[in-house]
Amino acid sequence: MRPVRDIAVVAFGQTDHRRTSDEFSEVEMLMPVLHDVLDRTGMKTSDIGFTCSGSSDYLAGRAFSFTMALDGVGAWPPISESHVEMDGAWALYEAWTKLLTGDADTALVYAYGKSSPGSVRDVLTRQLDPYYVAPLWPDSVALAALQAQALIDAGETDEPALAGVASRSRTAATSNSHAQLRGSVAQGDYLVRPLRTGDCPPIGDGAAAVILAAGERARDLCERPAWIRGIDHRIEAHGLGVRDLTDSPSTRLAAERAGAFERPVDTAELHAPFTSQEVVLRKALRLGADVDVNPSGGALAANPVMAAGLIRIGEAAARIHRGLSDRALGHATSGPCLQQNLVAVLEGDAR
Amino acid sequence: MPEVLKAPLVVEFPFTRSLGPVQSAFLTGLRERVVLGVKTGDGRTLVPPVEYDPVTAEEIRDLVEVAPTGTVTTWAWNHAPRRGQPLDTPFAWVLVKLDGADTALLHALDAPGSDAVRTGMRVRIRWAGERCGAITDIACFEPYDGSAELTGHDGLFEDMVTGIVAPARLDYVYSPGRAQAAYIDALSERRTVGERCPSCQKVYVPPRGACPTCGVATSERVEVGPRGTVTTYCIVNIKAKNLDIDVPYVYAHIALDGADLALHGRIGGIPYDQVRMGLRVEPVWTEGGRYPDHYRPTGEPDADYDVYKELI
Ligand SMILES: [Zn+2]
Repeated sequence: MRPVRDIAVVAFGQTDHRRTSDEFSEVEMLMPVLHDVLDRTGMKTSDIGFTCSGSSDYLAGRAFSFTMALDGVGAWPPISESHVEMDGAWALYEAWTKLLTGDADTALVYAYGKSSPGSVRDVLTRQLDPYYVAPLWPDSVALAALQAQALIDAGETDEPALAGVASRSRTAATSNSHAQLRGSVAQGDYLVRPLRTGDCPPIGDGAAAVILAAGERARDLCERPAWIRGIDHRIEAHGLGVRDLTDSPSTRLAAERAGAFERPVDTAELHAPFTSQEVVLRKALRLGADVDVNPSGGALAANPVMAAGLIRIGEAAARIHRGLSDRALGHATSGPCLQQNLVAVLEGDAR
Repeated sequence: MPEVLKAPLVVEFPFTRSLGPVQSAFLTGLRERVVLGVKTGDGRTLVPPVEYDPVTAEEIRDLVEVAPTGTVTTWAWNHAPRRGQPLDTPFAWVLVKLDGADTALLHALDAPGSDAVRTGMRVRIRWAGERCGAITDIACFEPYDGSAELTGHDGLFEDMVTGIVAPARLDYVYSPGRAQAAYIDALSERRTVGERCPSCQKVYVPPRGACPTCGVATSERVEVGPRGTVTTYCIVNIKAKNLDIDVPYVYAHIALDGADLALHGRIGGIPYDQVRMGLRVEPVWTEGGRYPDHYRPTGEPDADYDVYKELI
């Protein structure tokens, strides 16, 4: 089903992603990115119809941590604002639905995460089933490794192929000045076998922001808007042992509902923090060898938790803005082993 | 730029969670060395059991016993165990499909090395010595070639476990960022600094690096105080844990001279029922204190309401 209103990503900005940013608070890290997207559109914060953000208290180690970041958007006098305790891709989804209702014509979406103050592998265990799983403290790398071994057992990949994904991603990232890991990166030792350090994302801090606009407003704000033709997100059973870890039916269904299979895409920005997850996603999304996958380097080059999914949509949109893509797919994931997945299909006007 | 301020921050909480009928039976079963699954409408047995069918969302309650032996469906070798994980020696994370179950349970497998682990290998539960009705009643799995008898249990136990306490602890190193670090640094010299918004000219104390009205970065550092005005206050009648202050006492918003935002602090040196809006106060530092212990009256005439009404 086509959206009832044409809505586009008209601007995208992100920080340089770094191992630590301890000289800055979250809002200090975020604010230059907010001003970047506002400057690109010539808008002021007071021109924005709706604001939505994504972040995590567990990452920050503080309750209601997102309220501090609100200082960066000028929330007085009161603004129309919302927050998701998730990756900013889901904040973008909320903003998109808000624009669909006609209540607003523009939206500012931002997301940020500082992993450096804590241990992100341990922090992410707190999003797991609290009865049967979280008391065992299985960290994010361990869970991804279980999925990787399942793929290897199923004959869908092997360690050299995974190393190839890592190498291709970080080579692509050499053209991305924001990326944290670029160029030649050693595969290294096993972190949790079969995953080596090279199969895993860097741990880092960063932020990203996107501006959405509807209809003619989008054309006023951007020379070549990245129209959102469809966007959908789906979730699977939380029990890891209930799911087939070698497949991602939620990604496939979200892609179908977003219209991804109606025509081929030329670019796909996949949120695959682990090399093995790219194998699963390529299959679920039926991406052929002719699709440019993660030209930004993807999450293997920079994985600011809570922003990395929004960045995928932003990178896909930016390719359209720059005329490098006509139809691009942006994907975001959340939860262990690709539990929840969001797919957005973006298009530029015909040339 | 001065040295980045850092301090350890520990967030610790004992999450108390109640159990539904199915989870209660499962965890009570583990305490009694019985493993229970739940049957779905289409006849599959889910272990660990859940209260709603993950496919149809139908409520399911039909408990069925499965064996403490099973088969590894996938695994990952963890050579460097982390705090809280089931074993503190190298082990394999495993998903195990217990005999009689159609889904797999996540846990740890004690094995001498990664060479001893493979998908399809047979394992059995090693029970914890002391069990309380928690997933950790399974100490881990261990390699085992045989199979096991069922106890014939129906899932009804005396003294059912109805809840769990799941302690969680995360360790952080907190750094306050540029603006707040400058504020804390100045406090060490018993000075108070804020930052002025380049757009609306307001001075924020303590500064957070941004003007919440204008949404721009604040940068110009401004020294404020030390004296200030009580803009509003409340009388605290309940003693806080670990706080060595007699009640009742007054907690107030104090607009330091030169600041456009009130900060808060305790008022001392005056009976609690004589504190008032407009009272002029100054900070009182104790030896070695990193911030003012409290504020006391300066003896000046009260400030005129019009002077501070915008700061309430
Ligand atoms: Zn201002």
